[in-house]
Amino acid sequence: MFDLDRWQEIYHVLSANKLRTFLTAFGVFWGIFMLVIMLGSGNGLQRGVTQNFGDMATNSVFIWTQQTTIPYKGFPRGRRYNFDNDDIVALHNTVPEIKYLAPRLQAGGYMQTNNVIRGLKSGIFTIMGDYPVYNKIDPLNFIKGRFINDLDIREKRKVAVIGTRVVDFLFKKDENPINQYIQVQGVYFQVIGVFQSKRTGEQANQENQNIYLPFTTLQQTYNYGNAVGFFSITAKDDIPVSVVEEKAIRLLKQRHSVAPADDPAVGHFNLKKEFDQMQGLFFGIRLLVWIVGTGTLMAGVIGVSNIMLVVVKERTKEIGIQRALGATPWKVISQIIMESVVMTTFSGYFGLVVGVGLLELINFLLGSTGAGTEMFVHPGIDFSVAITALSILVVCGVIAGLIPARRAVSVKPIDALRYE
Amino acid sequence: MKILEMIRINQIHKSYITGQNSLHVLKGIDLQINAGEMISIMGASGSGKSTLLNILGILDTYDSGEYILDGLLINKLSERKAAQLRNRMLGFVFQSFNLVSFKNAMENVALPLYYQNIPRKKRNIVAMEYLDRMGLKDWAHHLPNELSGGQKQRVAIARALIGKPKVILADEPTGALDSTTSMEVMDILQEVNASGITVIIVTHEHDIALRTKKTIRITDGNITEVVEN
Ligand SMILES: Nc1ncnc2c1ncn2[C@@H]1O[C@H](COP(=O)(O)OP(=O)(O)OP(=O)(O)O)[C@@H](O)[C@H]1O
Ligand SMILES: [Mg+2]
Repeated sequence: MFDLDRWQEIYHVLSANKLRTFLTAFGVFWGIFMLVIMLGSGNGLQRGVTQNFGDMATNSVFIWTQQTTIPYKGFPRGRRYNFDNDDIVALHNTVPEIKYLAPRLQAGGYMQTNNVIRGLKSGIFTIMGDYPVYNKIDPLNFIKGRFINDLDIREKRKVAVIGTRVVDFLFKKDENPINQYIQVQGVYFQVIGVFQSKRTGEQANQENQNIYLPFTTLQQTYNYGNAVGFFSITAKDDIPVSVVEEKAIRLLKQRHSVAPADDPAVGHFNLKKEFDQMQGLFFGIRLLVWIVGTGTLMAGVIGVSNIMLVVVKERTKEIGIQRALGATPWKVISQIIMESVVMTTFSGYFGLVVGVGLLELINFLLGSTGAGTEMFVHPGIDFSVAITALSILVVCGVIAGLIPARRAVSVKPIDALRYE
Repeated sequence: MKILEMIRINQIHKSYITGQNSLHVLKGIDLQINAGEMISIMGASGSGKSTLLNILGILDTYDSGEYILDGLLINKLSERKAAQLRNRMLGFVFQSFNLVSFKNAMENVALPLYYQNIPRKKRNIVAMEYLDRMGLKDWAHHLPNELSGGQKQRVAIARALIGKPKVILADEPTGALDSTTSMEVMDILQEVNASGITVIIVTHEHDIALRTKKTIRITDGNITEVVEN
């Protein structure tokens, strides 16, 4: 198989004009390099953005109340209203497609003044009232202790689950926050758990500043009566969340005397829709990358084909001699195709290696500086993509060599021999 | 002993078409050459000598007539078949040597065996034998541009012989050589012929033609004279 004469000839052809070979090879190198870099960056972006969702169930919808815009059943427009505890039962009863239903309530909203105090330290944090099920919709990483449980809800215990940033603000470095007390808007709560967000970047920072109290405790302690701030709902696995969204909104409108056509009265956010849109965006990016990347690669391959044409022309006489001595057309064709494949594969492989190397370097730098980790996480390409790219190169090499090779044997041997 | 017919051509015509002009070069050539003959072809420049030799060498095609090489009709062959015939039956010696520039003398000589897929080691051994016969053993690893004209032509002859051809076709083999070297090359070609191989030489020089057994004169695309030397 290892035919020294072939390699000798390939070496002769490629080294005859080194600058030309280099420039041609560079075209292919650049094509593959760009493809790898763009694919890798696209992947990094996708990983980064996807991680922003943490482990959040994407098949979810959020529903909250807003002002009505249509007068209905004797109520004027512009009315404010609240969801309430009875809605929880009604939703469970009327919408069987619900997997998890988490009623939520935020205390005080975004406050300008310090709302949480411990000893001499204080800070501004987001105070949420939650049911245990919320941790199933948007799971948290527990470093210490636990999330709110059913007993907390039933007994309206004054307990709190706090994020790592809250700990940083209110506790000394080696202090264990568990079982300690913090003062939340004037009321003491005992810390039962410390969590860390599963998201990345700024989103993680936000979540780590949250304090979760039992929903019922928050309702009672801060006089919310039986009001519910908003619902976070997940659909059963094989059901699109839009079905749940629609049914739940219809029910809630009915229960709170909101006109069926009054869409602005009920705020809602379908995470699934956002997520799908984003997946579509990434699909688009990948498609674009492949189109641009293979385009660049094609330009390189066409360059190889052109140079091979020139080489074949220059070597017309030599090929004529070979044919006079008994080289069959196949021998000539396969030789030229091999030269072309060697050129594309070597330069392409080099582009692949340099591209992956650069991605790894970026990875390393991202890791060591911690910069930009929100939008860009572990850029890189799959092994299968690399193999695909290499196969494409071999095929391209064959295609690039085909036309020059055919041209080499299309003339009569005597015309090749006579060529000056 | 029965005389074997090696080459027979009947009424061969050949025209070159360049643009709208057609140049009728061979105008019905008849020729019969037996195995083991040594023949020279002479004629004025442009008379069609090379054209005839190239057709005999299956390097070119003819328009009409018949060419039979060792009993095989040579007409409209596939290029693959033609390449195989050139490789097995024919050996070429050119005026400009036509050695492959990036291969050394030994590799050049071995080239026809390469196209027979004979392993490199084996064909190099055979090539060394042929170089030795040409007195060029010491030059085996030199590239063509390190050889003199006479040495190059001897390498070319060794290359033409290595495939054990039945016919050697030489188009002005001494055209680029001085008279002493020319005579050395003719000595070799006579030896080749003595070993039983048919030799056909195109030449301008009388003393070269005189060293062949028969001279064919071509004038304006026709054979006008055949002289036994
Ligand atoms: N490929 C070609 N295309 C067109 N005309 C050609 C071609 N080859 C040869 N001719 C013409 O055919 C004629 C015969 O050419 P050929 O080479 O056979 O002559 P020759 O007898 O070998 O001459 P010389 O002694 O100069 O080598 C010449 O007029 C030449 O110009
Ligand atoms: Mg001539």
